[in-house]
Amino acid sequence: MGFMPSLYTAALRMTRNRADAEDLVQETYLRAYRAYESFTEGTNLKAWLYKILTNTFINQYRSRRRRPEEAEVEDVEDLYLYHRLVGRDGAAAGRSAEEVALDRFTDDEVKAALESLPESFRMTVLLADVEGFSYREIADIMDVPIGTVMSRLHRGRRALQKALADFGLSRGLVAAQPR
Amino acid sequence: MSDEVADPFGAAPGYADCEEAVRTLYEYLDGELTEERRLAIQRHLDHCGPCIEAFGFEVELRRMLASRCRDHPPAELRERIARALGEEHD
Repeated sequence: MGFMPSLYTAALRMTRNRADAEDLVQETYLRAYRAYESFTEGTNLKAWLYKILTNTFINQYRSRRRRPEEAEVEDVEDLYLYHRLVGRDGAAAGRSAEEVALDRFTDDEVKAALESLPESFRMTVLLADVEGFSYREIADIMDVPIGTVMSRLHRGRRALQKALADFGLSRGLVAAQPR
Repeated sequence: MSDEVADPFGAAPGYADCEEAVRTLYEYLDGELTEERRLAIQRHLDHCGPCIEAFGFEVELRRMLASRCRDHPPAELRERIARALGEEHD
């Protein structure tokens, strides 16, 4: 069960609550156990487990509390957060301005920003930026074309920056307008 | 647009300009560009301070996201799954 911590993290970001995340991880392991014959030795076990996790989530949890169309994200410009965050502090001794600025966000804010993304964007950003899967692997896991992965990543990452900037703005860390 | 080239690196063959660099920033950082485009962006970054700063920020943001979004599963979960798999086996 070496992948359990990262599967649990992904499950928690997807379901957004601990009880469902635990059930989702358990169900993933049970399904993987039953389907193990279909796993090809020498291929990517982690990606295979994530595919089962993703399918289980879509089939069981999403249908249970499906919300009306959440496929759209607010589109913002490239480098949205960078233009509002960096420059406020200047370079502090020995550390880059971006490290100082980003350090001010709490773990809960970062998690909440990711969880605020619509589901398909959230899962794509999670698989790429938290788990480090390639576009091809994400396309296989989510069963979508690579072009869809790329466009969800592009928009999802920018929406994540907007969400972080909104948290930062409410705490006075971030400028309302680009600097 | 005049024939005058404002950005010599952007205009030369094999070099990307700021607009292309920002547009393909994610593909570059994800290692998903062709070798030719990757080199073109790399050459641009070698000469463009504002772009290298912006790219540095995106790298840092991604590192923060990966490290801050980790959660530890409760100890009982491992036991619970082991038990469920055991029952499956019986």
